[in-house]
Amino acid sequence: MMPDLGKYAFAVLSSYGISLLLIAAIVVLSLWRGARVRRQLEEVEARRKDHG
Amino acid sequence: MSHRFSLNALWEFANPQKFMRTSQAVLPFFWGATALCLAVGLGWGFFFTPEAENFGSTVKIIYIHVPAAMMAINAWAMMLVTSLIWLIRRHHVSALAARAAAPIGLTMTLIALVTGAIWGEPMWGTYWAWDPRLTSFLILFLFYLGYIALWEAIENPDAAADLTSVLCIVGSVFALLSRYAVNFWNQGLHQGASLSMDRADHVANVYYIPLLVSIAGFVLLFVALVLFRTQTEIRVRRIKALVARERMG
Amino acid sequence: MIALFRRDLALAIRAGGGFGLGLAFFLIVVVLVPFGVGPESAILSAIAPGILWVGALLACLLSLDRIFALDFEDGSLDLLATAPIPLEGVVAMKAAAHWVTTGLPLTLAAPGLGLLLNLQATGYGWLVLSLALGTPALSMIGTFGAALTVGLKRGGLLLSLLVLPLYVPTLIFGAETVSRGADGMATATPLLMLAGITLATAALLPFAAAAAIRINLR
Repeated sequence: MMPDLGKYAFAVLSSYGISLLLIAAIVVLSLWRGARVRRQLEEVEARRKDHG
Repeated sequence: MSHRFSLNALWEFANPQKFMRTSQAVLPFFWGATALCLAVGLGWGFFFTPEAENFGSTVKIIYIHVPAAMMAINAWAMMLVTSLIWLIRRHHVSALAARAAAPIGLTMTLIALVTGAIWGEPMWGTYWAWDPRLTSFLILFLFYLGYIALWEAIENPDAAADLTSVLCIVGSVFALLSRYAVNFWNQGLHQGASLSMDRADHVANVYYIPLLVSIAGFVLLFVALVLFRTQTEIRVRRIKALVARERMG
Repeated sequence: MIALFRRDLALAIRAGGGFGLGLAFFLIVVVLVPFGVGPESAILSAIAPGILWVGALLACLLSLDRIFALDFEDGSLDLLATAPIPLEGVVAMKAAAHWVTTGLPLTLAAPGLGLLLNLQATGYGWLVLSLALGTPALSMIGTFGAALTVGLKRGGLLLSLLVLPLYVPTLIFGAETVSRGADGMATATPLLMLAGITLATAALLPFAAAAAIRINLR
């Protein structure tokens, strides 16, 4: 299934590899921070509701 | 509706509410479209395109390098527009969207640089040859770093939004100026011009469609991430406001 | 405004004002380079324009955070912002004072340091001319950066990160002027670009810097 990349296999594979890694990193970090902030907001708003 | 994006009237401004609602509704579509386009574009490009004259299989790198480079520029352009909107109309969502976009632009610039360098090695014989285009992206990388650092350094959120907007505008002028300066600086020195990346722009049809799909994928990825990250920034701002109110008792 | 200019000059020159530091730093950088790249005169000759320009640029950078720091701390910046003279004028005067105490001495010292780096004889004139034209831009751009970061504790590093990329065009055109001039090639283009950048920054950046100060004083 893998195409014959010839002598450039390293260049092509590492390009794709590093790039997909970087994309995954920014997506994962964004999602993770988003979830954390959302939880924080829920806590703060719950506190507000309790104290009226 | 869950209370997590409360329509509570104490959200300070109408705009953030509307933004949260709308973005929440469209985000799933954007994530889905992103995944689809990236899978199709990159998959087709990687597996099903032929080798090219002069480039061999490295031509496949264009499916990452070109879209990333485009987004690196477009992200900054978007930041410029949203910064202007903030300075003129004072819409907080605009300022926060600029802040949200910067790390994405930074990542895109890094991808463009890394793929450019990796591609350069078999083409030019060296990983880094101070090619004018790549050098301009290196400078852009520094601009992104400075912009992000300034946001982090200023405590007052409105002041941070204002100062980073001014920096974005001045930076944009200097970025264009630098592009010209770098072209001047490296003219005639780079012997690898016969195999320069410029050739890759004139791609044949067989490569063109997967490239378009990949570009679409990167654009959608950018939009999805900016929408999501801006939501996060709005929540952060709200947390700060509520915590400040708590402290005041 | 002249009074402001003279005051800033006096502040910079008196003891503790850091006046000689920039020059000393310039000297040190130029001395260090041969230790790093080896004493071969052909090599030094080739890189001399660049080293001199980079050294001057870094030396300029050193004193940037002082431009507004003292006035910010003791509240005189607030007074200046509300004074009858426009803040843009204040900013321009501060940039001018910075240039007189930093860029100008560097420009005058550069030929001497060029000797240390085996700068070609044909290059000296271009060196002084390019520095004379370009260092005012460095001061103005630096003043803008200082305005953005005024009042930040330890803002010096951030200031460098913000300002150095903005210095790239001036650096390129300045160093190219000297290199090409030393080789006897045409220097009109880089020289004109250099002058253009200086004029444009002097005309436009005071507005951006004044805006930044007003934001920081809120």
